[in-house]
Amino acid sequence: MQAPLIEFRQVSKFYGRGEATIRALDHVDLSISRGEFVSIMGPSGSGKSTCMNIIGGLDVPSAGEYLFQGIPTGGFSRTQLTLLRRHMLGFVFQGFNLLARTSAVENVELPLTYRGMDARERRRLAMAALEQVGLKGREDHTTQELSGGQQQRVAIARAIVTDPAVLLADEPTGNLDTRTSTEIMQLISHLNNERGITVIMVTHEEDIAAYGQRLLRFVDGRLTSDEIRQKEVEIVH
Amino acid sequence: MFIETAKLAWRAISRNILRSFLTVLGVVIGVAAVIAMVTIGNGTTAQVKTELQRLGTNTLFLRPGQWGPGRASTEAKRFDDKDVEAIRDQISGLRAVAPINRGTATAVAGGQNHSTSAIGTTNDYLIAQDWDLVSGREFLPAEERGQAACIIGETLRKELFGSADPVGQTIRLSNVSCPVVGLLAAKGQSGMGDDQDDTVLMPLKLHQRRIGGTTTISSIVLSAHDGVSTSRVQSDVESLLRERRRIGIGREDDFSVNDMSQIASTMTGTTMLLTGLLGAVAAVSLLVGGIGIMNIMLVSVTERTREIGIRLAIGALENQVLTQFLVEAVMLSIFGGVTGILTGLLLAYGVVTFLGVPFVTSPVIIFVAFAFSAAIGMIFGYFPARRAAQLNPIEALRHE
Repeated sequence: MQAPLIEFRQVSKFYGRGEATIRALDHVDLSISRGEFVSIMGPSGSGKSTCMNIIGGLDVPSAGEYLFQGIPTGGFSRTQLTLLRRHMLGFVFQGFNLLARTSAVENVELPLTYRGMDARERRRLAMAALEQVGLKGREDHTTQELSGGQQQRVAIARAIVTDPAVLLADEPTGNLDTRTSTEIMQLISHLNNERGITVIMVTHEEDIAAYGQRLLRFVDGRLTSDEIRQKEVEIVH
Repeated sequence: MFIETAKLAWRAISRNILRSFLTVLGVVIGVAAVIAMVTIGNGTTAQVKTELQRLGTNTLFLRPGQWGPGRASTEAKRFDDKDVEAIRDQISGLRAVAPINRGTATAVAGGQNHSTSAIGTTNDYLIAQDWDLVSGREFLPAEERGQAACIIGETLRKELFGSADPVGQTIRLSNVSCPVVGLLAAKGQSGMGDDQDDTVLMPLKLHQRRIGGTTTISSIVLSAHDGVSTSRVQSDVESLLRERRRIGIGREDDFSVNDMSQIASTMTGTTMLLTGLLGAVAAVSLLVGGIGIMNIMLVSVTERTREIGIRLAIGALENQVLTQFLVEAVMLSIFGGVTGILTGLLLAYGVVTFLGVPFVTSPVIIFVAFAFSAAIGMIFGYFPARRAAQLNPIEALRHE
């Protein structure tokens, strides 16, 4: 049997020490397969962001084991975690996190630059990714010249240009109005359906979470509920 | 990949060009100082050398005390007339033996006055120092015995008489009326920048009585005939004077005999000492410049924390971020270095043109200055760059 794409075995994360210790994650077991669209919800401080950071290799568990494609990451160096992010993961943030004063296409090229890809190939892939997110014709606009929704599209293009296995979205619609949010969510769903990219998304809005086929809820660092609700995607549409 | 990094660095620098310029000002000043100094020093050294070559290598200078960098002494016994006579009588192969006493005198004529260098000597001085007369004559024997007379230089003539012929006129030198008997041909500036024509020659006896107030002689210049070995003359003069001054075997000379090349090396030594000293000042300036770069790079890292977070999150390795900031620092300091080199050369060009000495650039020092400024960027940029590379991406992304 093929190993799940992402697996948590009794993962815990503590911050601080002694009396002041905060358990951000408390013995979480979790398994996510290829192609899933997982929404993660929970009040702030519930551990959902910590969970995302650990999946994203930006943080490491204090205890327990995080396996990526069946490989334990416990012994990974900082460099190995970076290479995991570079080759397997794409990030979309609430605040877009594009480079300022930099054109859309250059932002999208950035992760390819760090792979050492040559300029022409980079440009070609970045243009294709921008077209996929519906920003054809705006490649040379700088970050400041784009609306919030367009900036988030650039960020999505940047996340998928490397053809990642997993797209990690941390409140991707948190800074957007309802109509733009819907557009962005439809784009993400589309990438999940058509390209088979596994999507893991943190949100605190029920209707946004409903785009996922699976919903995880965190409370006080514990995974309290894990529902599959495949059909609701159709209902929302 | 390197070109990408260089482009990124250039973009970061040009984003705030004024700040970048102010940051590297320390390096600019340090490098400009070194370059200007060395170039001017090279020019004057070259000038001195040419001049010494022109004067010939058959000239010897005799001074009381030991002469060399940092050991010019006035304590030792000075010479007298008998020394000059003894040298003239007992040393063979000499074409001129001229005593020299220097002093300053105010020359007054026709309502004009000018402070000038007054040299008490004999006619031999004209031979030994290669002076020609454009008008008038040398001192007469009666004048050499102490009768008032003087031969003036071109600058002094201009100051006192304008373009008129001074021969036959009378000037007052420290309250002595001196008929002007000759006019020296113009020589221009010496290698050390002073005006050789701003001078008046007087008979030694008159100078001793009225200006020096002494009966001694402070230095003697010897000129050997062509083809005579100066080192032979040098050692002959040394043993003669040791005898006359009763210096026991094993004791050091209390006088010195130098030829032009030795004097040249003394002067070069002085120049080098000065260069070293100014070099130290420049080094401090470069150090301060380096700290300036470090400071602004730290500010830059803080300002761009979020950007660094983004880069780390999407797959930049620590080394790639480190390289980026290091290249930026090195680029900054190289810009400073290049600006400094150009400024220094420009400055030096202005100064040497003003001094009338040749413009001699040194490729070695330009290369060293360039390499040094790059090294400054490397050293002082490393710490901020490492700080950037080691940022925690989660915290960096949260940074506003």
